[in-house]
Amino acid sequence: MAKLNINGEIRNVEVDGTTPLLWVIREQIGLTGTKYGCGIAQCGACTVHIDGQAVRSCVYPVAAVTETQKITTIEGLSEDGDHPVQQAWAELDTPQCGYCQPGMIMASAALLNNQPKPTDADIDAQITNICRCGTFQRVREGIHLAVNISASAPSIAASTNAANTTEEAKG
Amino acid sequence: METVKISRRKFVIGTAATGAGLSMGMALTFSSKFALADHHEEMEPEVNAWVVIDADDTVTIRIARSEMGQGTLTGLAQMVAEELECDWDKVTWEYPTPGENLKRDRVWQSFATGGSRGIRGSHQYVREGGAAARMMLVEAAANEWGVPISECSAASSVITHAGSGKTTTFGKVANAAAKLSPPMEVTLKDPKDWKLIGQPVKRLDTLDKLTGKQVFGSDVVLPGMLNASIKACPVHGGKRKSFNAFKAEKMPGVRSVVAVDDNAVAVIADTWWQANTALNAVEIEWDKGESEKVSSATIDKMLEEGLSAETEFVANKVGDVKESYAKAAKTYTADYSYPYQNHATMEPMNATAVWSKDRCEVWVPTQNGESALAAAAEAAGLPVEQCEVYKISLGGGFGRRGQADYVRQAVAIAKTIPGTPIKLLWTREEDMLHGYYHPITKARMTAALDEDGNLDGLHVRISGQSILATLMAERLGGNMDPVVFQALAPEGDHSISYTVPNLLVDHAMRNTHITPGFWRGVNVNQNAIYMECFLDELAHETGQDSLVFHRKLMKQHPEALVVLETVAKKSGWGESDGLHRGLSVCKAFGSYVAACAEVTVTDGKLKIHRIVAATDPGYAVNPQQIEAQVFGSFAYGLSAMLYGECTVKDGQIEQENFDTYPSIKIADMPHVDVTVMPSGGFWGGVGEPTIAVAAPAVLNAIFAATGRRIRNLPLKDQDIS
Repeated sequence: MAKLNINGEIRNVEVDGTTPLLWVIREQIGLTGTKYGCGIAQCGACTVHIDGQAVRSCVYPVAAVTETQKITTIEGLSEDGDHPVQQAWAELDTPQCGYCQPGMIMASAALLNNQPKPTDADIDAQITNICRCGTFQRVREGIHLAVNISASAPSIAASTNAANTTEEAKG
Repeated sequence: METVKISRRKFVIGTAATGAGLSMGMALTFSSKFALADHHEEMEPEVNAWVVIDADDTVTIRIARSEMGQGTLTGLAQMVAEELECDWDKVTWEYPTPGENLKRDRVWQSFATGGSRGIRGSHQYVREGGAAARMMLVEAAANEWGVPISECSAASSVITHAGSGKTTTFGKVANAAAKLSPPMEVTLKDPKDWKLIGQPVKRLDTLDKLTGKQVFGSDVVLPGMLNASIKACPVHGGKRKSFNAFKAEKMPGVRSVVAVDDNAVAVIADTWWQANTALNAVEIEWDKGESEKVSSATIDKMLEEGLSAETEFVANKVGDVKESYAKAAKTYTADYSYPYQNHATMEPMNATAVWSKDRCEVWVPTQNGESALAAAAEAAGLPVEQCEVYKISLGGGFGRRGQADYVRQAVAIAKTIPGTPIKLLWTREEDMLHGYYHPITKARMTAALDEDGNLDGLHVRISGQSILATLMAERLGGNMDPVVFQALAPEGDHSISYTVPNLLVDHAMRNTHITPGFWRGVNVNQNAIYMECFLDELAHETGQDSLVFHRKLMKQHPEALVVLETVAKKSGWGESDGLHRGLSVCKAFGSYVAACAEVTVTDGKLKIHRIVAATDPGYAVNPQQIEAQVFGSFAYGLSAMLYGECTVKDGQIEQENFDTYPSIKIADMPHVDVTVMPSGGFWGGVGEPTIAVAAPAVLNAIFAATGRRIRNLPLKDQDIS
């Protein structure tokens, strides 16, 4: 049995503790936005946040997550799909097939959590997700655009956090 | 609680991610629930096969080809909408099913999505579909008003009667229009009158990809569904000898351990993680057969022999190269090679199937819904009329999902538990080991040069594997594989971009047991490297500027020369600014593409600063999506050049995951400046051609920087210090 705080809701799941968080999220919780790509933390399609930091959930045993840690998946990144990264991605039509994009978006959002104005070198170092369609140019532009969106509407990020807090209270 | 949302209009299954736990054992009624026949009765009016219009003016455009990221979906919708004269803001889309296509005498024609043919292969009939629907809507309005059709016109989903100024909307007359006979003759717009074709409108399929809502094949959840993981004999063509499931069968969640075909074992369990964990506990003995003795070294030896062997497979012959050699001031030879590569779609292969003795249904991300349906019927042992395939979003295709091997497996597994849907998802390792690989080839390039450094004779000998010989033997012409000669052919979509007085292009077919396949760009990729790098070698060897050397050979290929000149000019070819440049040009899939790479090499480390690219696809339906395809082609092509290599040991592919088969990441990716320069008058593809110019442009730039010729790939194995 594991007790998880996912997207502001407390969830109890009956699962072997060695099961990777990815498969608990996809199969027990039923949130399929987080993807399986490699199973060995190489591609980043499974990226979620634990307390705001990017984690590759395919190699993260569920037993290693405590119930006070806040897990955020792509479904919980924002209430209405309006996180600055999501807005920037929509503006630039960043996705192609889209399979890697939940991971790419979560990695980008985590980067912005840590470095609100990342340089290209920061992006090169921190965004190590694989995209086989090759959306990288719009990912890079999108991260820079998200910085501008955050700057022009600081309330968005704040309201996202507020929404999570409210949901958590409900949970 | 887990729920299944059957979208009445989308034919796809969604997961409502609200509950915990899997609800097992629910009966699934699938005999009519998903059938389009029933669905029709409750549908909004179908004006014709391509266009459905709701009372609220929502226009649903049917898309037969598969969207796998390449943007075809949006482009095809633009073409229908252009002729329909509908309000683009009210356009949505849906996939018809392959079964419905068969039932309706293939009204949507081909579902095959490959060869960069999505738009260039269907532009005529989809536009005619839009135009016919518009004519029927206008006729319905004219009938209602009792006025001549010729006095009415449509624009932005509104029909207007010129005389009275009366207006109505598509939604209001759609029902009446649906009852009319389709027009006998349809006239399409002159391209100069296009308003929507040629516009960089946003994709129709972006938003759900930003929130996790987009359902890919691996995300499909059906009531009562079980999950399966599979292992097939790691040596292609090998068999399953025996397996011991004693331990696996007792593991949590496991329902059964089953033999699949004659070469695989699968575990069926409540969750996929349980299935895969148990699969790893199954002891399997393989009969690897004779192919176990094959390795990269033995394959290399076989291809090497082909470089000088006698062959009758000649694709392109002009003059006499032997005479040219005899009178040449100088002959020059270089050998090149290209390794096996895996498609490595981000989403591993998968399919969900449910089988009973009288019906089989499959939910699958596929590039070819109709071949998936045929494969499902065959595996199900049922007439195709009793089977159906529902196309689900693809997490990448690149040619891999044109095959239906995983569909056959999913149906075989589903047959073991009749009435229960089972989702088969491959591990990344299974995906890497059981690909349809970009075929291995070598080339011996031999040139005869006259005393002025002009290319008088050229022999391109390709030695290597044929895709058609393995996958479509019926398409071989007299045992010759025409696909091998892409970009070197005398004419057509893949014609050579140069005129050489004496030319011989031939092929020594050398096949192995490793399954080859159509890999984005197909044989253009290898051939463009051989040709473009070798021409650069010749230019250098004769002391000529590479662009000048190209120009001399391209006088009769003005379309290709224009894109080459464009990239040379935009990149500043010939400038001394510390950057080293390399050029490449190619005609492929009917389009003309070129690239100029700007690089530096410091202490053996390559930095690609920028790539300037140009594409002339004839007509450009959506320039923004073409740009995206060109960017993506460089990512795919550069990834292949830098890292892509599958090697063979003891008969099996050695690379099993992204740790040993790396893929390009953002840090490696140069900025790409794209010029889309449609010259009109023809329809070229855009998904594939540019990949071919990525590697040679960079390799030629590396030579300019270092004096080192890279003739074998990937670059990670080469010394460029």
